[in-house]
Amino acid sequence: MSSLAVPAPIDRVFRFYQTTVGKKAIMAVTGVVLFAFILGHLAGNLQVFEGQAKFDNYAIFLRSLPAALWSARIVLLVCVTLHIVTTVQLALLGKSARAVSYVKKDNAAASYASRTMYWSGPIVGAFIVYHLAQFTFLLTGPVMEGHPYDNVVLSFQQWPISVFYIIAMVLLGMHLSHGVWSMFQSLGITSPTRSPFIKSAARLIAIVITLGFLSIPIAVLAGFVTTSGAR
Amino acid sequence: MNLTLHVWRQKNAAAKGGMTRYEAKDVSPDMSFLEMLDVVNEGLIAKGEEPIAFEHDCREGICGSCGFMINGVAHGPQRGTTVCQLHMRHYRDGDVLFLEPWRATAFPVIKDLVVDRRPFDRIIAAGGYISASTGSARDGNTILVPKQAADKAMDAAACIGCGACVAACPNAAAALFTGAKITHLNILPQGAPERYSRARSMVGQMNAEGFGQCTNIGLCEAVCPKEIKLEVINKMNRDYLVGVLA
Amino acid sequence: MSLDSRSPSGPIEEAWDQTKFDMKLVNPANKRKYNLLVVGSGLAGASAAASLGELGYNVKCFCFQDSPRRAHSIAAQGGINAAKNYQNDGDSIFRLFYDTVKGGDFRARESNVYRLAQISVNIIDQCVAQGVPFAREYGGMLANRSFGGAQVSRTFYARGQTGQQLLLGAYQALERQIHAGSVKMFPRMEMLDLIVIDGRARGIVVRDLVTGKMESYLGDAVVLATGGYGNVYYLSTNAKGSNTTAIWRAHKRGARFANPCFTQIHPTCIPVSGDYQSKLTLMSESLRNDGRIWVPLKAGDKRSPDQIPEAERDYYLERRYPSFGNLVPRDVASRNAKIVCDAGRGVGETGLGVYLDFADAIKRLGQPLIEERYGNLFEMYNRITGEDPYKVPMRIYPAIHYTMGGLWVDYRLMSTVPGLFVLGEANFSDHGANRLGASALMQGLSDGYFVLPYTVGDYLATTKLEKINGSRPEVLEAEHNVDAITQRLLAIKGDRTVTSFHRELGKIVWDYCGMSRNAAGLEHAIGKIRELREEFWRDVNVPGSGEDLNQQLENAGRVADFMELAELMCIDALDRNESCGGHFREEYQTEEGEALRDDEHYSYVAAWGWNGLGSPPSLVKEQLEFEYVHPSQRSYK
Repeated sequence: MSSLAVPAPIDRVFRFYQTTVGKKAIMAVTGVVLFAFILGHLAGNLQVFEGQAKFDNYAIFLRSLPAALWSARIVLLVCVTLHIVTTVQLALLGKSARAVSYVKKDNAAASYASRTMYWSGPIVGAFIVYHLAQFTFLLTGPVMEGHPYDNVVLSFQQWPISVFYIIAMVLLGMHLSHGVWSMFQSLGITSPTRSPFIKSAARLIAIVITLGFLSIPIAVLAGFVTTSGAR
Repeated sequence: MNLTLHVWRQKNAAAKGGMTRYEAKDVSPDMSFLEMLDVVNEGLIAKGEEPIAFEHDCREGICGSCGFMINGVAHGPQRGTTVCQLHMRHYRDGDVLFLEPWRATAFPVIKDLVVDRRPFDRIIAAGGYISASTGSARDGNTILVPKQAADKAMDAAACIGCGACVAACPNAAAALFTGAKITHLNILPQGAPERYSRARSMVGQMNAEGFGQCTNIGLCEAVCPKEIKLEVINKMNRDYLVGVLA
Repeated sequence: MSLDSRSPSGPIEEAWDQTKFDMKLVNPANKRKYNLLVVGSGLAGASAAASLGELGYNVKCFCFQDSPRRAHSIAAQGGINAAKNYQNDGDSIFRLFYDTVKGGDFRARESNVYRLAQISVNIIDQCVAQGVPFAREYGGMLANRSFGGAQVSRTFYARGQTGQQLLLGAYQALERQIHAGSVKMFPRMEMLDLIVIDGRARGIVVRDLVTGKMESYLGDAVVLATGGYGNVYYLSTNAKGSNTTAIWRAHKRGARFANPCFTQIHPTCIPVSGDYQSKLTLMSESLRNDGRIWVPLKAGDKRSPDQIPEAERDYYLERRYPSFGNLVPRDVASRNAKIVCDAGRGVGETGLGVYLDFADAIKRLGQPLIEERYGNLFEMYNRITGEDPYKVPMRIYPAIHYTMGGLWVDYRLMSTVPGLFVLGEANFSDHGANRLGASALMQGLSDGYFVLPYTVGDYLATTKLEKINGSRPEVLEAEHNVDAITQRLLAIKGDRTVTSFHRELGKIVWDYCGMSRNAAGLEHAIGKIRELREEFWRDVNVPGSGEDLNQQLENAGRVADFMELAELMCIDALDRNESCGGHFREEYQTEEGEALRDDEHYSYVAAWGWNGLGSPPSLVKEQLEFEYVHPSQRSYK
C-alpha cells in the first residue's frame, strides 16, 4: 500500500470519480437531493385538495421568489444531470464488465424494483421532460398561463394524460423503493441492525409517495376534484 | 434418473465456444453434482471425446475452486452451497440443465467451465492484508478483540473467493468479494492502522481489473455459498469514502 | 550411507536457540541475489515464501491450483495447538512436546518435536497480528478448546474453519510480498521434476497447466511444501488435486522417503455411498463427545436402527474400552470399526459403516443444546446424505486423512539432496507414527514461518554455489524426462480411464495397507500393484493433447506416481515388523488386540532410497533416541 501516497486534491477528486464506489456515492447524494425535492413537490401538489385559491396562491408564491426558485432549479438540474451521467457511465461499465452474456440467467433472487432501475429511471426521466413541458413551460396539453389549478384538473380529466402520469408515478415509486435504501448502502451508512429497517422504511416511503401522487389524477378522474373546486 | 445437460464447451481462451447437449443417464440421487459430471466425463472419454473441463479441488465447499452456472444461478439452486456440495437429489428425472462458466470480462474463460480468477488475487495483493512481518508479533493476548468484532470479522472472512458473486451480478461487480476482505480486516483492531489506505487501494484495484459497479440489488448475497451479507459492501463504501474524502 | 539428523546436542530446551546462534547469516544486502524456489502454497509453502520474501530473498512460488489460496490446508476444521497455557490448566511447552511424542507412538525425533512445541507459541502471536479471526472470550481474550483427547485446553480455533483462516493469513502475507515484488507467484504450474546439479538441488521443471508448456526455473535452493500423499488410496479426505508427484519425483532424484507406511485414518467420515464416489468428507472428531457408536449384535441384521432393541445393539467401544469409551484415539476407533464391519455387522447399504447415535444425548441434553454444539455438522451431514441425524443415527466410517510419512529431512528440514528443503505434511518429521489432532496446522506454520527462513540462510551462507544456466546437461535431461513422461502418457490411448486405474489402486492399498496390515496381504498387494502399474502403462486412455488445459493428463501423471509410491508403502509396511500408531500389523498385537510396538528392533526412521523401477529400494535407518520421554505402552482400557 506504500504505492498509495496521499494524492493531490484535484487528482483525488478525479480518482474518486474514476471509481465505481465514487460514482455510486455521487448517484446517492444527487438521489438524496432529488428525493427531498420529490417530498416537497408532493407536499405542494397535495394542496390541490385544499381548493383552487390555496393551490394557485402556492404557485404564485413560488414564482414570487425568482432567486430561490432558480437556485433550486439549477441545483436540481445539476443533480439530475449528474445522476443520469453517472448512471449512464456505470451502465456502460457494467455492460463491458460482462461482454459475453449468459445463455440462461436467473435474476429472481433480486427484488423486481432493483432489477428494473435501468428502465424505471429513463421512463421517469422522460415523464419529467413531458411534465415540465406541460406544467412549467406550458407547451402541451390543455393549459393556460396563470391558472395552475385549472391546468391540473383539465389535464387529468383527459385519461391518456392521467394514465401516463399514473404509470410514471408507479415507476417512480419502484425507483424510490430501491433507490432510497440504495443511497444508504452506497454511502456506507447502513448497518446490519439498521439495514432491514431502512429497507422496509424505504419501501413504505415509496408507497406513501406513490399513493400521494396518484391521489390527484384519481381524484380528478373520479370527479372528486373539478374546476369548480373539490367537492 | 436421466437428465439432459447443455454445457458450454470452449477449447481454449482464443477459441469460440458454444453449448453442447449431453445426456446424463442413471444418475443416482446420492451423487454430488460434480460426481454426476465425473460419470458423464468417463462416458465421454470412453467414446474418445474430450471430457468437460471444470474446476474443483476439495469437494467440501471450502477451497473455492468449483463453481459454474446451473440454469442461470451461480452454484445452482441450493442456498449457501457450493456446486461440489450440491447433490442430485434436488433434481428430478427429465430435468434439463444449462451449465455455463462464470461470465465476466475480468474472468476470461480458459476452457469449458474453467475461468481465470487471478484478478481476485491482485485485489488482495493491493491491500487485503495486515502488514505484520514474521517475527514482529507480540503475545496474542496483548491485543484484545471484543467477541462481537471477532465474530463479525469471521463472518466476512469466511469468503472462499469462488467468484459466484461476480458471476451472479448483472454488472459483474466484485464488491461482495472486496467488501468481505475489507470488512474482515477493518473491523479488527489489528487492521485499524491501514484501514483507509486498504479500502482505497483495494477499491482502486477492483476497478482497474474491469469489474462492474455495485447497484445494491443483492444477487451476490443470494448466491454466496458462505452467505456473506451485503453489509460488507456498505463497510467497503464507508471506509473508501472516508478514506478519500476525510 | 548413514543419515545425519544434525540434531543439536545439549539440553533440548536450548537446542533451537543454540542452533540459531550457530547458524551463519546471509548479509542483508546479499539476500536479494539469492533465488529461492518454493513449490506449494499451503500453510507451509505460503508462510515460507512470504517470510523469505520479507527477509529480502528473491522468491518464486509455484502452485498447481488457480490461486495460492486454494491449497488443501484450507479444509482443516478443528484448530491449532499452542502451549500458551492461557487456561492455567498446567500446559507447557514440555507437555505439548510430551503429548506429541507419545501420541506419535515414539517414532518421531525428539529434537524436532520439542522445537515444534516451542514455536507453537509464536505461531499464535503471528497469526493474531495478521488478523486471523480466532474465537474470543467476552473479555476479548483468545478462546481455547480441548481437542482430540488432550487433557489440557490448548487448541485455538476460528469456528470450524481454522485451516481456512490460517491459510488466508499466510496467503495474504504472501500476496503482500507479491505486491512488493519480492515474491513472484506462478499459479497453475505443476512441478514435474527436480534439477540436481553437482549433487545439489538447483531447480525444477514445471508444466504450465494452461498452455502445456514445459519450463525450467533455476535457483539456489528448492523448497517443497506440497502436502501429503493420502490420495494414493483414491478415496480420502484430501482434495482431489492433492498428490505426491513433487515429492515422489524428488525422491527419484535422490531424496530419501521416510516411513511411507505411516498413514492416519480418521474414524468419523461419511461412508461411501456408491461406485461413483469421488472423495470422502470428514466430520469433526468432536462428535464423539456426545454420540454413541454401535452396530447390531448379529451379523447381517438389516433392520432399520429404530427397530433394533437396546439388547441387540453392541456399543463396542464402550464395551472394550470402559474408561475411554467412544473417545479412544483415532487409530483405535478406526480399527475397531473395521473389525466389526469385517465381521459382517456393518450398517448401511454397503455394510461399511457404523452408527454414531445422538438419541441418548438428545434425550439427556435436549435438542437445542445438541444443535448449538453440532448444528453445522449435522447440517453438512444432512446435505450430503439426505438423512436427518436428529432422527436417524449418523453412519460413519474411517477414511484416510493424513500421511505422517514423507521425505526425510534433518533437523534443519533439509532432505538427503543438499539444497532441497521439505516442509509441512510433505516431510516426515514431527508426528511419528500417528499425528495428534490440531497439530498439522501447527507444524506447517512452524516450518514455514519460523524454521526454514533461518536454516535456508545457513545453507546459502555456508555453501559455494556455482552460477548455472538453462543449457546445463542436467537441466536438459530433466526437461527431456518430463517431456518423455507426458508424451508416453498421451501416446497410449488405451481402453481404461485414469480414474478407473486410480480407483483400483486405491482399493488395493486400502485393503492391504490401510487400517490393518499383515505380511501375506502386503506381499499380495505388492504383486497386484506391479501388475496394475504395467496395465496402466499399457492401457490407460489420456484423451486430448499436451498443448492446453488437460485435466486428464495432469491426473494421469499423478496416478503414475501413486502407483510407484504404493509399492514403497507396502514394502515399508512389510519391513516394519511391529505395530505402532497408524501402522497396525495383525501379527503384532497384544492379547487384547492392541498395537504391540517393538522398541528394541524398530525404534528407527525407515528412510528409503530409489534404485530405479523394478529394483528394490535401499533402506537406511535413523535410530531414534528418547532422552526426555520414555517409551511406554499406550493403554485406553
